[in-house]
Amino acid sequence: MSVNEAAGTRPRNEAVPGAEPIIVVDNVSKSFGPLQVLHGVSLTIERGTMVAIVGRSGSGKSTLLRCMNALDETNGGTIKVCGNAVAMSDRASVKRLRTDVGMVFQSYNLFPHLTVLRNITLALTVVQKKARVEAEKIARDVLALVGLADKAESYPEQLSGGQAQRVAIARSLALSPKVLLFDEVTSALDPELTGEVLKVMEDLARQGMTMVLVTHEMAFARRLADIVVFMHQGKVWEAGPPAEIFADPKTPELRQFLSSGL
Amino acid sequence: MIQFSSTHLIYLIEAARWTVLLSVLAFIGGGAFGLVLALGRVSQHKWLRWLSAAYIQIIQGTPLLVVLFLAYFGLSILGLDIEPIIAAGLSLTVYTAAFLGEIWRGCILSVPKTQWEASNCIGLSRAQQYRYVILPQAARIAIPPTVGFMVQIVKNTSITSIIGFVELARAGQIVNNSTFQPFITFVFVAIIYFAMCYPLSLASRHFERKLNVGK
Amino acid sequence: MISYTFDFSFLLTTWPAFMRGAWQTILLAGSSIAFGFVLALVCAIIRSGKSKLAAGLVGAYVEVIRNTPLLVQIFIVYFGLPSLGLRLSAETAAVIALVINTGAYGSEIIRAGIDSIAKGQIEAAECLGLNKLQIYWHIVLIPAVERVYPALSSQFVLLMLSSSITSQISAQELTAEANMIQSETFRSFEVYLIVAAVYLALSVLFRVVLWAIGEVAFVRRRKLRT
Repeated sequence: MSVNEAAGTRPRNEAVPGAEPIIVVDNVSKSFGPLQVLHGVSLTIERGTMVAIVGRSGSGKSTLLRCMNALDETNGGTIKVCGNAVAMSDRASVKRLRTDVGMVFQSYNLFPHLTVLRNITLALTVVQKKARVEAEKIARDVLALVGLADKAESYPEQLSGGQAQRVAIARSLALSPKVLLFDEVTSALDPELTGEVLKVMEDLARQGMTMVLVTHEMAFARRLADIVVFMHQGKVWEAGPPAEIFADPKTPELRQFLSSGL
Repeated sequence: MIQFSSTHLIYLIEAARWTVLLSVLAFIGGGAFGLVLALGRVSQHKWLRWLSAAYIQIIQGTPLLVVLFLAYFGLSILGLDIEPIIAAGLSLTVYTAAFLGEIWRGCILSVPKTQWEASNCIGLSRAQQYRYVILPQAARIAIPPTVGFMVQIVKNTSITSIIGFVELARAGQIVNNSTFQPFITFVFVAIIYFAMCYPLSLASRHFERKLNVGK
Repeated sequence: MISYTFDFSFLLTTWPAFMRGAWQTILLAGSSIAFGFVLALVCAIIRSGKSKLAAGLVGAYVEVIRNTPLLVQIFIVYFGLPSLGLRLSAETAAVIALVINTGAYGSEIIRAGIDSIAKGQIEAAECLGLNKLQIYWHIVLIPAVERVYPALSSQFVLLMLSSSITSQISAQELTAEANMIQSETFRSFEVYLIVAAVYLALSVLFRVVLWAIGEVAFVRRRKLRT
């Protein structure tokens, strides 16, 4: 389905005219035992946009991201990614989801026993069944993209945190996902290392990659996000372009959150 | 042919007392010597470290059965007409010490270096550092693997049956020789060993969990 | 104390027997390690698997083996099984007992490795689209075995040493050869001194070979040291 077709058959989003919804979260709830962490969350993410989800820890923002990628099961509501309903129990839908969505984690989750190159080629060869040579070419390309072409033969433990996170981004990119999810990817990094990771993300955003990030980097979100979503107590409390969200918070909760410097 | 009966079972259980006694002897002797080895391994004196390391390496590279034969025949060429229990106890002590020494060395080394530095700063001598700061902490860490190794000691005593010491395994052979029912006989022998070892295994695991929770 | 003169002259005629015994021990222990490792791997997979029943059965097997002496296990296999109609040669019985023994100890070690794989590793692999089997192989099992390989190696050396016990059912190996030699020469102490030295050499040999296998199998170990 081409972008134009899709745009013609689906309601247009007013904020970004002509866009195509790539993730549609509709009235999603999620509980861990007696603890309800998401209360009827609805959210639409358009192709080619960067959406930053912010909020205090425990606000449900990471859980929402994990639900989008079928790492956590929702208890109610629906999530559609690229038109397909996400259901952890439905193998085919999860398989489809994995080809559409890439995810980068706070703790990098590189495979310690594999070289950087093999970390990237693993899924290319065993999932996409690409030939080794082709997979390695793709891997070297994405490594160059994140500025780590010289680290191909290194092992994860030989990398700095910033480098490891860039490799993790490259590993996701190699599978050419339609959307990339970033779960607090700079939170584990020393301040002087976050810059190099944010730089890579900025490049991706400029190239039109659809990105959803859960983040504490307010300056980054303010500068580059198309939409900022403020979550509070498991709900989308406020959402809108960063100019509105940061300059003119409507609710006392958001005002307090922004002034707390987090 | 005599059928395997309760009489045989009682005979086995009585023989198991010797297994227990031998295990206790091996643990006490091996533990005392093992502590010396562990301290030797972390000593400031190079030759002491070297000597205990060599001892541990040699014993851990030799089968217990061969250690037992060496003790048995070695004592006899010293002209001592020895009871099997002496050779059995001696070889188990020698063997146990090497393993406990290595286990305890690891425990001593796992006490953070800062504990040495801190206790040094308050003016404790090296012996006092061991006595009041290092060993008490190492002991806590040592409990699970030590109890775990007790299982090995109990099982190792079975090898002394080979020089004719009548403990549980030897008793099993004796019963088998009269009943010719090896399967049932040795299964019962195994059950009695299991009854002695499994509680130790469980205890070791219990202590380990407790230690991990306390961390 | 009486004086004792050491006499190693028997070595002149018996050294081929020692060498034969050493070779037999290498074969016995080597095959037991190979089969034992496979059994350990299978048991570890089952124990960390979904089926509670299968995991429980394997768990029981592991506990029974770990809490009973190898000597008794050997007796049950060699003397006990024939009374159930299964007659085995001493060597076959020895290998079976040693494999069963290694399988139990090895599976505990490998299981610890499997348990140490972080959940994030599996999630990351899921996100890359690997299926369950691919994740289990590439992300769980291989790194788990790599992580516990040193512990496995120590266990395998211990197994080689404890294979001396199989001399009690007259399996052909080093200690059995030694028993024969000492009964012919009456130089018991010297014979077992030699045997101890041969076992020491064998344990060094096994350590070196197992280390070399690890170097080949786990490239990262080799690379990160240099």
